[in-house]
Amino acid sequence: MKIHIKNGRLIDPQIGIDAKRDLFIAAGKVISIGNTPDGFAAKQVIDATGLIVCPGLVDLSARLREPGFEYKATLESELKAAVAGGITSLACPPDTEPVLDEPGLVEMLKHRARQLNLTHVYPLGALTRQLQGKHLTEMCELSEAGCVGFSQADIPIADTQVLWRALQYAATFGFTIWLRPEEVYLARGGVAHDGEVAARLGLNGIPSTAETLAIATILRLAKETGTKVHLCRLSTAEGVDMVRLAKKQGLAISCDIAATHLHLTEHDIGFFDAHCHLKPPLRTQRDMAALRAGLQDGTINAVCSDHTPVDDDSKLLPFAESEAGATGLELLLPLTLKWAQENKVDLSTAIERVTSAPAKILGIDAGHLAVGSDADVCMFDPDRYWQVEAKSLISQGKNTPFLGLELAGKVRHTLLQGHTVYLAP
Amino acid sequence: MILPDAEQLLITLADKIRPLLTPDTALVGLHSGGAWLMQRLLPMLGKNLPNGVLDISFYRDDFSRIGLHPQTKPSQIAFDVQDRHIIIIDDVFYTGRTIRAAMNELFDYGRPASITLAVLVNRGGRELPIEPQIAAAHLDLAPGQNLQLLRDADGRFYLQLHEDA
Amino acid sequence: MVNPQLTKDGKLKHLLSIEGLPRAILDQILDTAESFVGVAEREVKKVPLLRGKTVCNIFFENSTRTRTTFEIAAKRLSADVLNLNVGTSSQAKGETILDTVNNLTAMHADMFVVRHSASGAAHFIARHAAPHIHVINAGDGRHAHPTQGLLDVFTVRRYKPQMHNLRVALVGDVLHSRVARSEIHALTILGVPEVRVIAPKTLLPEHVEKLGVQVYHDMRAGLKDVDVIMMLRLQNERMQGALLPSAQEYFKTYGLTQEKLALAKPDAIVMHPGPMNRGVEIDSSVADGNQSVILPQVTYGIAVRMAVMAILAGNS
Repeated sequence: MKIHIKNGRLIDPQIGIDAKRDLFIAAGKVISIGNTPDGFAAKQVIDATGLIVCPGLVDLSARLREPGFEYKATLESELKAAVAGGITSLACPPDTEPVLDEPGLVEMLKHRARQLNLTHVYPLGALTRQLQGKHLTEMCELSEAGCVGFSQADIPIADTQVLWRALQYAATFGFTIWLRPEEVYLARGGVAHDGEVAARLGLNGIPSTAETLAIATILRLAKETGTKVHLCRLSTAEGVDMVRLAKKQGLAISCDIAATHLHLTEHDIGFFDAHCHLKPPLRTQRDMAALRAGLQDGTINAVCSDHTPVDDDSKLLPFAESEAGATGLELLLPLTLKWAQENKVDLSTAIERVTSAPAKILGIDAGHLAVGSDADVCMFDPDRYWQVEAKSLISQGKNTPFLGLELAGKVRHTLLQGHTVYLAP
Repeated sequence: MILPDAEQLLITLADKIRPLLTPDTALVGLHSGGAWLMQRLLPMLGKNLPNGVLDISFYRDDFSRIGLHPQTKPSQIAFDVQDRHIIIIDDVFYTGRTIRAAMNELFDYGRPASITLAVLVNRGGRELPIEPQIAAAHLDLAPGQNLQLLRDADGRFYLQLHEDA
Repeated sequence: MVNPQLTKDGKLKHLLSIEGLPRAILDQILDTAESFVGVAEREVKKVPLLRGKTVCNIFFENSTRTRTTFEIAAKRLSADVLNLNVGTSSQAKGETILDTVNNLTAMHADMFVVRHSASGAAHFIARHAAPHIHVINAGDGRHAHPTQGLLDVFTVRRYKPQMHNLRVALVGDVLHSRVARSEIHALTILGVPEVRVIAPKTLLPEHVEKLGVQVYHDMRAGLKDVDVIMMLRLQNERMQGALLPSAQEYFKTYGLTQEKLALAKPDAIVMHPGPMNRGVEIDSSVADGNQSVILPQVTYGIAVRMAVMAILAGNS
């Protein structure tokens, strides 16, 4: 179908555009920017006056809860939430039930996602069988089935020999390994940052050292093996410094943070608010400032939603007993915009952190609107405020620490390969 | 209205109490006005009378409505209440509810042989079948009027009348 | 942040933690408790304040001692008492905390006394209980044990009324102790100028100084010229988790003996929340000695709990 998006402010960081430009789409691909192609008769004209038109967002981590946790959320409900958040490509971690360690499961997931035709879904395969940190998975088979990388989700490998071998094996084939840096024993039993707030509230702490020690181990091993490593969900200032140094030394390292950690600290736990029970934990003001600066200077490549829908019952418990995680697909864009506005980061850079940068990490041709690319488009109103509440969230997970807050940035229209997959009511 | 001289009334009260004293009498003053009065009466009554103070906060009938008083003081009854002739001393007698509470509290200490109520002023307006046997003065006040016993800087008693708004 | 313990007009609705309690309310609880001490010395130890009210002891974590003192306190206020020991009942069958709470509300409970092994459990229950219910925290995980903190400072105030001049030392496992946290908050709110914690590094929380205490690892230095020594109980499990090598070494370095007690002021008092591990944190001769106020602490515990319940019940 021929589509003409007119009057919008086109921001595409990869091709370097931030200007009033019309966009022309045909047969699901971008065919022209700015100039009307000869003989173009649009079947659908979208008036994007007052809106920003950018590549569909790329989210590096969204738990879709299928297979296995359908009581928390389903593929359909979560992908609908994704497109309502302007997200057109997302990666999901392998901690489903059963774990994504078999090619058949990966194929089924990809098939289900294709049928729904809402966003592109890029599964991360399990690095070890059942995520147990002992035996390698068939990475080649899984890659063929569609895995774009391999991860341990929230279960770090304690046995450094296994980790080393897994990295070596991955390096053989050029696979990217996604690891959330956490030293198993130092983090054991902890539910909050090991600092002032946990001390007052009597909560078991996870020291910053749990993250920095793990980063040191992973960087060292990655250097030895030459593996491409992506560090997931940094939370410490020292961690950002370590990555900065490693990048300077030329290591093939990338990293991301969760949007929640751009805006919240340990103090937001308040009177034991289980919505602030997250992995990694919310840390200090100083850590948050370093994460915000790190995302700004590019040390942190991308920000993701780390979408983790949790059923109400699992949050309606005392803090330590509640399930960790926050829902976030619909909040990735407004939280990124909020950070950009507060830290005085230009919009193009901010959008890069949720489009072309994560696309590069995933190794996919997405997150940009160069002529010939898939017309995965997000159109949003940067000045429109909306209330974050259970009834305005499409995801089945209503568990977010931002409940009750007003955020700016409302997606009006999302296209996947030229098809409208979301239109704001 | 002209209020009577509280110091004069105190002397009248002592005169009326004196004939009632027996070897088994004990005085109990109710916080805080009754307790003040009792402190002054003891030397005037001339004997080593057993005495104590009661704070009725835990026995009031309006607890559900107004909650616990922010300043409760401990009750102190060091003597054995059993078989005693108790004289309760209070400053102003009004509805009778304070005395109802005081009697309930006293009975939790033991079974007295008798209870006599002696007050400085009976201002009328009782809501229960309770009446002081001894009063140094009678005043007829309207419901919106609030009579209080106070002490000045030298410790001398005086009465004060407020109109509720 | 709105204080969940107070009503809109600043009155006490729940007692969840001493942290965040206005000084005036703390004073009111202690002053009211003075009156209840007298009641305990009477023939009839009851007052009618909570007649017709039902107090429910919901103990998700077992404790006969604490539960019994709450029960005595409630009965002395003429309340009806329900005891729910959750370990043996519906919770074990998988009933959620909230279901248990809702069922008890339906049975016309007015006040919940809650003990749970998870920090924040009392706040959680208070947040979700029906609006007319008052919640008293009888101990939640490592977070708080406010009535214990209150009875401890009540005891200190009784023996050492000049609180603005005191040096108080807490000795032992502060890291795992809800009693220690509550004691520290109560002492600082009441204006005690010097509060010390004496413990090995493994038994102190990160950033403990931010609670307003001075840290000592050397017990002899820490006890010097102290007016009040508050001992903390050492759980057996601490020897398991690589926090301490043995009870013997602990007693040698952090146990309170006559010899170490002599370093404090000659009229210093010794306290312990109980139950004591004799020969581990405290020597028997000290526990039974004339500077020990450990037995009076127990009596005051009932009076303080009566005061808390009476004040809460009146704030409806």
